[in-house]
Amino acid sequence: MTAGTRRRAAAPPGRPRRPSRPRATRGTARETLLLMLPALVPVLVFSVGPLLYGIYLAFTDARSGRNAETSFVGLANFGDLLADGDFWSSFRIGMVWAISVTVLQFAASLGLALLLNENLRLRGFARVLALVPWAMPPVVIGLMWRLVYHPDAGVLNDMLLGLGLIGDGVDWLNDFSVALPAVIVVGVWTGMPQTTVVLLAGLQSVPRELYEAGHVDGAGTWRRFWNITLPQLRPVVVTITSLDFVWNINQFGLVYVLTQGGPGGRTRLPMLFAYEEAFRYGFFGYAATLGVAIVIVVLAVLGVYLWRQMREAD
Amino acid sequence: MRRPLQYLALLGYLFFLAFPLVWLLSTALKTPREMASLDPSWIPRDPVLGNFADAFAEQDLVGAALRSLGVAVATSALAVLLALPAAYALARHRTVLNRFAIGWVLVSQVFPFILIIIPLFMVLRRLELVNTLPGLAIVHVTFVLPFALWMLQGYVRAIPRELEEAAAVDGAGRLRSLAAVVAPLLAPGVVATALFAFISSWNEFLFALVVLKDPDIATLPLTLVKFTGAEGVARLGPLAAASLLATIPSLAFFAIIQRRLRSGLMAGAVKG
Repeated sequence: MTAGTRRRAAAPPGRPRRPSRPRATRGTARETLLLMLPALVPVLVFSVGPLLYGIYLAFTDARSGRNAETSFVGLANFGDLLADGDFWSSFRIGMVWAISVTVLQFAASLGLALLLNENLRLRGFARVLALVPWAMPPVVIGLMWRLVYHPDAGVLNDMLLGLGLIGDGVDWLNDFSVALPAVIVVGVWTGMPQTTVVLLAGLQSVPRELYEAGHVDGAGTWRRFWNITLPQLRPVVVTITSLDFVWNINQFGLVYVLTQGGPGGRTRLPMLFAYEEAFRYGFFGYAATLGVAIVIVVLAVLGVYLWRQMREAD
Repeated sequence: MRRPLQYLALLGYLFFLAFPLVWLLSTALKTPREMASLDPSWIPRDPVLGNFADAFAEQDLVGAALRSLGVAVATSALAVLLALPAAYALARHRTVLNRFAIGWVLVSQVFPFILIIIPLFMVLRRLELVNTLPGLAIVHVTFVLPFALWMLQGYVRAIPRELEEAAAVDGAGRLRSLAAVVAPLLAPGVVATALFAFISSWNEFLFALVVLKDPDIATLPLTLVKFTGAEGVARLGPLAAASLLATIPSLAFFAIIQRRLRSGLMAGAVKG
């Protein structure tokens, strides 16, 4: 905020000087380009270029072999994709995963952020603890939860058996019906810190006067939450849930370490499916098609979501 | 009535957040015999550090850590060197490139890795860089560059332009004002960006999985995942120990960042 005002305040004195030195502008443009070049070249060569080429690959029959010939096949890959049962089951799992993790993450993080915003004891400790999952390598998070879920030596079965909630030990990550929910819990645990931090920052920027006014008007806790907190928080909520959704649908490492997509493909997220197609079976073109399809889905979902949010905000 | 419920909820959160961590620590301190007894307990009956030694002995953990360290140091040094001039230009001059940079940061979030990694793999193969650590470092640099650029330009922007102008008025040349005024104020930002790049590279798994096929040059995350292959219960202790060791750099990074966020580094320079 202060930096922004300062910038605007500082701008006018600079302006009148410019017309007197027209050369400086051209010099500045060249200087900017020169300074940008070291960063621009690798980004263009190793990211922008490959990305465009990757989109092109989606319309080819590219294979992994070093000397494999590649030819343009138009929309054939997309046709294959739509007829591929494995793709649809992976896609369905991906949507269940991304939507439930995003929604649960949001609900859990909002609750935690509201608590951390209160003047409670243990708050400092909770704030530090809430950041820890963020500071852990995804691979370690996956391994840690494998230990928690371990059928014999894991603590979850031990606790649930002790409480009498289950009769027999459950093999969480290898059971067809509980593997996906178990993985979703890990996803929520992993993504909570970012969401909590963003929501907490949002909560702290809600003007105090609004609450005081609400108090004067006799609004209770719930009313103040619904009529003041949530509307004020809306832009933050929309941003973080959109980002969470994109990150979740593109998730790979965490689930790869937990289950490798098993059992029987029950946790095979779209990116795991694409990875297998590309680097196990060598179907580069087909895997790229999958990537493009996911981009289209993500953009469509985000488009509808953002459009509805904006219409409601008006 | 409200307070107790709030405390109950907070304790629930604390438990959910902490119990996997406690379990990881507990597993790391258990003897193989206790692991095999199939009667897990929260507190190890006789805690030992033997798992840490076993972890080092069993897998080539030290080698993997050194390789990860090399790639991460190269990544952070290169990313900062490449991003620094660009960050300065972005923060000080408004051009079309600003929009391009912001656009790219956003686009790189939305696009799934698979669309980049396949062509990138083909490029690296052509350059004979598949299965090499420099190849992985290149991938990591391009993958942290947008965000490093973003961080750095924020830090440059936080340095008031007036300070540079004042130095110019005092007769300092362009380079001198950069070296004497901007560099010291920017140093903490550079350190933070370098650390961010280091941690991203140190933790990174997917690109390493694709680029490094040869197990002899596996980085630390790859080596850790290999552990799970042979899933004897007795080997879970060393796995937990190794996981804990691999987390230390990230935890240190977050501890440093936390303190930096609190100290409000720029406060003195901006308030005039």
